[in-house]
Amino acid sequence: MQRHLISAADLTRDDAVLILDTAEEMARVADRPIKKLPTLRGRTIVNLFFEDSTRTRISFEAAEKRLSADVINFSAKGSSVSKGESLKDTAQTLEAMGVDAVVIRHGASGAPYRLANSGWIDAAVINAGDGTHQHPTQALLDAFTMRRRLVGRDAGLGQDLSGKRITLVGDVLHSRVARSNVDLLHTLGAEVTLVAPPTLLPVGIESWPCEVSYDLDSTLPKSDAVMMLRVQRERMHAAFFPTEREYSRRYGLDGDRMARMPEHAIVMHPGPMVRGMEITAEVADSDRCTVVEQVANGVSIRMAVLYLLLGGNEPAVTHTRTTEEK
Amino acid sequence: MDTQENPQQDPQPSDARPVLEAPDIARVLTRIAHEIVERAKGADDVVLLGIPTRGVFLARRLADKLAEITDRKIPVGSLDITMYRDDLRMHPPRALARTEIPGDGIDGRLVVLVDDVLFSGRTIRAALDALNDIGRPRAVQLAVLVDRGHRELPIRADYVGKNLPTSLRETVKVQLAEEDGRDTVLLGAKPAARGAQQ
Repeated sequence: MQRHLISAADLTRDDAVLILDTAEEMARVADRPIKKLPTLRGRTIVNLFFEDSTRTRISFEAAEKRLSADVINFSAKGSSVSKGESLKDTAQTLEAMGVDAVVIRHGASGAPYRLANSGWIDAAVINAGDGTHQHPTQALLDAFTMRRRLVGRDAGLGQDLSGKRITLVGDVLHSRVARSNVDLLHTLGAEVTLVAPPTLLPVGIESWPCEVSYDLDSTLPKSDAVMMLRVQRERMHAAFFPTEREYSRRYGLDGDRMARMPEHAIVMHPGPMVRGMEITAEVADSDRCTVVEQVANGVSIRMAVLYLLLGGNEPAVTHTRTTEEK
Repeated sequence: MDTQENPQQDPQPSDARPVLEAPDIARVLTRIAHEIVERAKGADDVVLLGIPTRGVFLARRLADKLAEITDRKIPVGSLDITMYRDDLRMHPPRALARTEIPGDGIDGRLVVLVDDVLFSGRTIRAALDALNDIGRPRAVQLAVLVDRGHRELPIRADYVGKNLPTSLRETVKVQLAEEDGRDTVLLGAKPAARGAQQ
């Protein structure tokens, strides 16, 4: 029995739709005077963050607190990790404290998988981003935002994203968000196109369930949603494009390019945005840009995932495959 | 619905016999509507909240009847209690149903909870907890189509469609046109395999 959420590729279509539907109900809690549910009372969740994060950590923390879980925050800075403690020892320390779930972000791809499958701990493991591998809750909140905007809040219940054309633009090579989104959007029936300079596409991209293009302008008119990815300087140890200016001229989204998108199409960004690089301020501040909405939806999605994994005596989410196929 | 007791029961147990038919259910709801108006002295501040699934349909029907009697639109909504259940840890998580509170809220109003079957009372306890997080009603009352007894908590209904003395080995199944295509209340024998769950 799988009790973890490691990769978006593990989710079946029905699981994903169940998570989105549950998130739709969780979102309504945010409109109430008391934004709290007793569902996870007495459960302890550790947010184990080995890598910097603002929105993901705060979002998980808000979700955990809204479900009444006890929350322990752990960041590598200032912990024994900086003294040289291994992941295994950290995990066993947490296990000894009786933790029910671990939300982990790690710079090394596969760390959450290792934590979940090594027998070090009994707790459920939720991947909050590992290296350049996966970030499943981000993909879920993106799919949730798309379904709300492109299908409708109520009309979307029980529906997937079949037939929707989604374009992801930018640094695919270093992006766990892109990997998770391609997997999940494919499962949900959407047609995904990646647009990036050839140097920022990973080896083996032809085996991904998506199209690849080097030309943003010809793809925009055929997109229902365009997701701009951040150029991840901190993970770049080589020159991937000549200059920033050339990158943003060819792959940045400005007002003119946005005007070429269909009327109903939305602009998405997983954050943090680098204004002037992949997106101009004009686009970032327009009402077609869903960045702020994505953050709000992130809390609902994480509440749904936590409820479905921890709310009962066993998880409601079934998994088809085990991870690490790619 | 009182899913707490029979979560995935047969839609129609083989030897189930009807105890209420469509005309009975209509008459019962009309009577309850009149009782609500009588006890609330005009039903000025009544808000009806149905407990999903079938309680919501019953609440809507009651609202229509109340509107006929009082010539006023009665606010009606739904209250999902899934995340307040006391047996959450005993089953896999359930899909959530919709909680829809009418626009003016419930603060200072008379909330009438509506459900199909009253059994252990645990669903209603969860509903009271859920209400607590939404607002502070002036009072809370309970209307049920069938009271089958066997309470496990000190809870009683204010408006009862039919008192149905049952044994724990029997099942009570409410079917409503909106969900099941017809109106009826069936009393049947519990399949042996499920008896252990009680």
